[in-house]
Amino acid sequence: MPKATNTDDPDGPDGVQIDLISGERMDGMATMEKIRMILDGVHEGNIVILEEGLTPDEESRLIEVTMAEISPDEFNGIEIETYPKSETRDSSLLGRIMGSDESTAKLTVIGPANQIETLHKDETLISALVSRN
Amino acid sequence: MGLFTELKDSISRATDRLFSEQEPKRIGIYGPPNAGKTTLANRIARDWTGDAIGTESHVPHETRRARRKEGVEIERNGKTVTIDIVDTPGVTTKVDYEEFTDEMEEDDAIRRSREATEGVAEAMHWLREDVDGVIYVLDSAEDPITQVNTMLIGIIESRDLPVLIFANKIDLDESSVKRIEDAFPQHKTVPLSAKEGDNMDEVYDSIAEYFG
Repeated sequence: MPKATNTDDPDGPDGVQIDLISGERMDGMATMEKIRMILDGVHEGNIVILEEGLTPDEESRLIEVTMAEISPDEFNGIEIETYPKSETRDSSLLGRIMGSDESTAKLTVIGPANQIETLHKDETLISALVSRN
Repeated sequence: MGLFTELKDSISRATDRLFSEQEPKRIGIYGPPNAGKTTLANRIARDWTGDAIGTESHVPHETRRARRKEGVEIERNGKTVTIDIVDTPGVTTKVDYEEFTDEMEEDDAIRRSREATEGVAEAMHWLREDVDGVIYVLDSAEDPITQVNTMLIGIIESRDLPVLIFANKIDLDESSVKRIEDAFPQHKTVPLSAKEGDNMDEVYDSIAEYFG
């Protein structure tokens, strides 16, 4: 996993760490292992990008666990956007926009809600403006 | 698969599911915060039982616990269908107590945000374990293509739950039912104003058709 910079270190370089997690790394992980890995990264202020996304059930559990970890002045949740990868081009336009296929062949961007100023998606682009606070 | 074939299959799946199980069905009312879920739940409950379910408010996360109204009997075309209505908190991926501090003291805002997070987690758990069908309520004056909506509809579809989409707040000038129909053409969309009581006949016909 690539490591960029650490925003928590006052002596370190000023930046935002981006974790690009391959599908291979996610293979074989249990649902809670994936969620723990995502939320541990987000708690550290990182932007987490999943090459192969999550299943609907995993997304449901991600929301549930995120809610359990929200606390005032410390962590107020996540921003998340997903778009399907080209492998799903055979499915309907709707299916691609909705990301409703059972397939996890989709790219997902997850970050801390208090650092992501805007997270915009269209059919082929996810755009995030990330603050360094 | 064509739109109408998908719609027919969706109704067929719903019918097969419902005929194979015991009544009443637990129908969860889901959607984003402030879409009008509690207003709709109250209108349905008042129309058929005389009692409301919960408090309505413009402040997000007024509903912070799933609330159930059991044994709501809806009569349509000489047939009675019985459902348990579960009004759930608005699903979101973030809750910031500072969003409430304009409306209340900080301690109350913190308490509200904690209750809201517990309520959302509970609603997600209910969706996985405890509902037989879903009424998905959207504010027709807002853009329906959001990550939470697409994620939740995906979760509902993955569980093969029958789902009706209600395009609420058609009394507002900015309302666009077509925007919702275009976003979710694989599901039946019913326009309504839960606040004004507009189009409730079609709402009850649809509930009876899908969940009866």
